[in-house]
Amino acid sequence: MNTPLSKDDTRRQVLRILGEIAPEADTTSLRPDVSFRDQLDLDSMDFLNFVVALHKEFHIEIPESDYPKYMTLNGCLTQLSAARS
Amino acid sequence: MAEFLMPTLGADMTDGTLVQWKKKEGDRIAKGETIAEVDTEKAAIDVESHTTGIIERLITRPGDKVPVGTVMAIIREEGGPTTSVASPRAVAAPPSPPPPAPRTESAAVAPSQAGRLRISPAAKKLAAERGIDASTLQGTGPEGAITLDDIDRATTATTDIAKPVGAADRQARMRQTIAAAMARSKREIPHYYLSTTIDMGRAITWLKDSNEQRPVTERLLYGVLLIKAVALALRRVPELNALWKDGEAHRSERIHIGTAISLRQGGLVAPALHDADRLSLSELMQNFQDLVKRARAGSLRSSELSDPTITVTSLGEQGVETVFGVIYPPQVALVGFGKVVERPWVADGLVVPRPVLMASLSADHRVTDGHRGGLFLAEIDRLLQEPQSL
Repeated sequence: MNTPLSKDDTRRQVLRILGEIAPEADTTSLRPDVSFRDQLDLDSMDFLNFVVALHKEFHIEIPESDYPKYMTLNGCLTQLSAARS
Repeated sequence: MAEFLMPTLGADMTDGTLVQWKKKEGDRIAKGETIAEVDTEKAAIDVESHTTGIIERLITRPGDKVPVGTVMAIIREEGGPTTSVASPRAVAAPPSPPPPAPRTESAAVAPSQAGRLRISPAAKKLAAERGIDASTLQGTGPEGAITLDDIDRATTATTDIAKPVGAADRQARMRQTIAAAMARSKREIPHYYLSTTIDMGRAITWLKDSNEQRPVTERLLYGVLLIKAVALALRRVPELNALWKDGEAHRSERIHIGTAISLRQGGLVAPALHDADRLSLSELMQNFQDLVKRARAGSLRSSELSDPTITVTSLGEQGVETVFGVIYPPQVALVGFGKVVERPWVADGLVVPRPVLMASLSADHRVTDGHRGGLFLAEIDRLLQEPQSL
């Protein structure tokens, strides 16, 4: 396992991954409690790619039943911080 | 000898611009390998060769815009004669370079003499300064030698290409292409429309169970089940898997499902998932992911754009329940899927909530009638009730 990341680092990485999936989107003005799909016009393929990227970046398992927990920025940060501890 | 022509990469494409050759004269090319990158109204496309052989001559220059059907290169087919052909239809084609070594059975390993470049020392120096690969150029000097002028022209072409096409410009051109294809469709094709509601309960449960067993990198989306069901149903009603050409329908042996993919900047492409009926769901998912990725990155292959035999469009993600699709000419059918929604459903005499999906068919009435169209939708429904056998 890598050295634990700070919350800011995690946030930056999640935003970077989103930026790769939706390159035209302005992720800096993302509202943390509103779903990515609504803000970034992600479809199910984009969301699957996002989950795959989180899995690869943070070395975590994300069962399909947990997908809803990863649909907002705050949700992601909560899940990732729980996975680290 | 085979001619490599500017391909049609979609209905109503009239011309294309050669961005760059991916091969040099004298290179060997295999069928299906990329020979050129061509810029169309929609995207820059990697165009594949239909022939295996040796590239005898590259006629079109990078930066040139030529009409569909223009001879862009000459390929000497494997096993074909080695004599040079007369310059075919090419206007002011430069003299041929020395003919490549005659092909024998062992020609593949024999170094070709054709690679030797005729270029003046001054032109060579200029090419090096400007970072131009002179071996990709057509010389206009004596015996096809590359001159200073040739390097100048190549520099201009490269500069033009390097200038990125503005996103707004690309979008406007794509809109025009879609407009032309859809106007032609509605002008020429007498559409009829059918729809049916499909109980997706079994398919969704099966998918959930299957995805639980799969690592995240191998999970399936339900859209892949729909594509596979359409592909298999076409085996039962093959007249919908056809292209309309010269006043009649030509059935396609192979099933290439055009998959409508919306682009983030706006616009739409519908490249083919080749042989969708023969691929496993996992293979289909992988190819689908790859196709969406490349469609959005603007790196589709020519065959993917030119050979879909039917189109599937899913608009459920946008909350749409029913699609009334417009057929993409010269295809003769389009299948539309809406959103999976929970609805009261009667099963075994009881009203129960079930996830259901509206499937629609837009078909060309010159080719099929409602009866066959109805059988096709019923077959898709039947297949989706047995997801394990898809």
